[in-house]
Amino acid sequence: MEKTVNIFLFGKKYEVPENLTIMTAMEYSGYQLVRGCGCRNGFCGACATIYRIKGDRELHACLACQTKVEDGMYIATLPFFPLVKQVYDIEKIPVNEQVMMQLYPEIYACVGCSACTKACTQGLNVMQYIAYAQRGDFEACANESFDCVMCGVCSSRCPAGISHPQVAMLARRINGKYIAPDCEHLNDRVKEIKDGAFADLLADLMRKPVDELKELYNKREIEK
Amino acid sequence: MYSERFKASLEAVEKNREQNTGFEPQRMSAEQKEEILKKYHPDHREDKFATLKVGKNKDDKVPTELCDMLSAHSRIAGRSIDLDNPDYDVDVLIIGGGGAGASAAIEADNAGASVLVVTKLRMGDANTMMAEGGIQAADKPNDSPAIHFIDAYGGGHFAAKRELLSKLVCDAPDAVKWLSDLGVEFDKAPDGTMITTHGGGTSRKRMHAAKDYSGAEIMRTLRDEVYNRGITVVDFTSAIELILDENGAAAGAVLLNMETKELLVARAKTVILATGGAGRMHYQGFPTSNHYGATADGLVLGYRAGAKLLYADTLQYHPTGAAFPEQIYGALVTEKVRSLGAKLVNAKGEVFVHPLETRDVCAASIIRECGERNNGVDTGNGLGVWLDTPMIEKIGGAGTIEKRIPAMMRMFAKYGIDIRVEPILVYPTLHYQNGGLDITADCMTGVENLFAAGEVVGGIHGRNRLMGNSLLDIIVFGRSAGKNAAEKSRSVKTGKLTLDHVKKFEGELDAAGIETQLVSPKLLPDYNRKGKIL
Ligand SMILES: Cc1cc2nc3c(=O)[nH]c(=O)nc-3n(C[C@H](O)[C@H](O)[C@H](O)COP(=O)(O)OP(=O)(O)OC[C@H]3O[C@@H](n4cnc5c(N)ncnc54)[C@H](O)[C@@H]3O)c2cc1C
Ligand code: FES
Repeated sequence: MEKTVNIFLFGKKYEVPENLTIMTAMEYSGYQLVRGCGCRNGFCGACATIYRIKGDRELHACLACQTKVEDGMYIATLPFFPLVKQVYDIEKIPVNEQVMMQLYPEIYACVGCSACTKACTQGLNVMQYIAYAQRGDFEACANESFDCVMCGVCSSRCPAGISHPQVAMLARRINGKYIAPDCEHLNDRVKEIKDGAFADLLADLMRKPVDELKELYNKREIEK
Repeated sequence: MYSERFKASLEAVEKNREQNTGFEPQRMSAEQKEEILKKYHPDHREDKFATLKVGKNKDDKVPTELCDMLSAHSRIAGRSIDLDNPDYDVDVLIIGGGGAGASAAIEADNAGASVLVVTKLRMGDANTMMAEGGIQAADKPNDSPAIHFIDAYGGGHFAAKRELLSKLVCDAPDAVKWLSDLGVEFDKAPDGTMITTHGGGTSRKRMHAAKDYSGAEIMRTLRDEVYNRGITVVDFTSAIELILDENGAAAGAVLLNMETKELLVARAKTVILATGGAGRMHYQGFPTSNHYGATADGLVLGYRAGAKLLYADTLQYHPTGAAFPEQIYGALVTEKVRSLGAKLVNAKGEVFVHPLETRDVCAASIIRECGERNNGVDTGNGLGVWLDTPMIEKIGGAGTIEKRIPAMMRMFAKYGIDIRVEPILVYPTLHYQNGGLDITADCMTGVENLFAAGEVVGGIHGRNRLMGNSLLDIIVFGRSAGKNAAEKSRSVKTGKLTLDHVKKFEGELDAAGIETQLVSPKLLPDYNRKGKIL
């Protein structure tokens, strides 16, 4: 027999095999998920969940698809959190500190409690990336926040009402578009194609009998 | 940390690591590849396929599970639906909020069309979000769209529709530039040069990545842009049937609120299907790397409305799905792990295939190793082979794994496996729908005003897709579908809406003697009480 553990889904007790994730344990218990389940693999942030182990004071946050059940787990899913996303025009946005001040002024109300960092399901230093955003250091904010899945747990714990994932999203787009070095070989190639530099080559390939293409494929040189 | 069960095999892997790292296994000849595919690839297991009895692809073979869905009843069969008072009325209706749908939405918006995106779960709960490895584009001086074409054409077994493939490779650099200009953070050297690697089957290093969150970085950026533009997105809402007009042109869809089960009607001048793949159909009982909503809905919707499928009999089984631990069974181990130097090693510590053969060949090799050759590792939950990740740090230096594949490191670390020093266990997983709706280079299906883009499409890649060409196709064809559907919508005069084609299809089922309780599209897999992702 498989070993089982007792878990509490929204306070109600279920006995489930111990090797399940919180997500599969919910399904095992009879839930047909619609909310709170997206990629099932730790990339989309749909399955934010908070739990507490019986007898323990600490509140934990996790991704339900990435976390094994434990005995005495009290589980509540957080399938939606009202993050605030400000809209802006990426083509016209000024690349300076003021932009954070205008769009997300609440980040300057951060009290430094670190609850966001403690709650992050990805183990990111959330408070630090907010500090970078305050300073207008978009590159550092982008790097520090890169692995964010935007599950929103950080924001659910924030006394200042910051929407951390959205702040980071803005920083990453500014960094990607304006601060990261421009790519010359890419620009060149786009222009070459526009100018028709490869048109004849491609037209030739389109016409070739399959056998000739097979020959080309089987004999192609592979870059080391 | 691995238990006793794995000790002997693990020791063999460690003992041979030094030697295996430097070893360059032979690549297979064309004949060898053909043979191994015929014998071991799931696409060739005839007993797992069924013949379609109705529709445009009548008499074609498709996976049994897909055949069931294509020959099932409509979810609205026998119901009367008020088509005269639509809940939404737009120029362009986009079904599916993944990468293809979002790209289409942005371009249709650019072209001045009114756009509605409906999507089954949340915007971005999609296969696009999960892509790790990267996106191909021939933008380096030693590369060209022509070389890219040859790689993809050969990798797809010379079956791609050439006009689609040609468009894919020629528009690739512009697609990467478009993303970059939207703010996608590609891995770059300090001088701006793209850091590119090989993928299985590439002859040039043209895989662009954003760490191993390539798809997530692309998807969240596109989503942000869709929201910035104020495009209407209705989430938790699936299309369950296309609506045609009296002239047989696509003119909207019947929608289902996934939570309240309310039915809604959207009228549109043009419709884009961007519903993605089919991993959650679990063909042949395989686990899958796909997101929760990947159930081939677009194929069903399009097929019932009279669109044709191309290569619906071919699926991609990614060679390296996680085989252990059980909690992540089937989850993707990105091909980048092999691009960076990790090799596939059997239970005896032997390298048995070149790690960068195409996916189908690699997958077939693993199936052979675990089957006939009996060189698999028993994981307690099935079989697997080793993927020797510590080789990466030997080749690229300490820190390479954390820097280049952090998501992989995190996924295994959660279960106490440090992939920097310990290898991982893998087995093929159902990954990608090679086939799908047949389209022209303008993204049009055979049904007037019905466009399609992304994984729902068949023919761009032929019978096998190379890593990095799918993220590419959703951008190239997604954008193109958006532009063309918007352009077309200007001249469309929609006639009276009808669902007669659904009635007609039900009649065909009857005439073909098909008796079934099943309804389609499937929408979501049913994992209730099974407790297992299978
Ligand atoms: C784990 C993983 C890793 C990958 N890695 C790579 C890689 O490195 N490089 C690469 O090129 N490709 C990769 N791929 C493949 C690639 O990511 C996908 O093929 C591609 O992103 C598909 O995009 P799409 O927009 O067509 O579909 P999706 O991104 O899946 O979007 C489809 C959307 O439509 C919605 N939908 C489905 N049915 C309905 C309906 N009936 N009504 C309304 N909405 C519906 C879905 O919920 C979803 O949101 C990977 C795929 C996976 C799963
Ligand atoms: S379902 Fe996507 S992160 Fe868990």
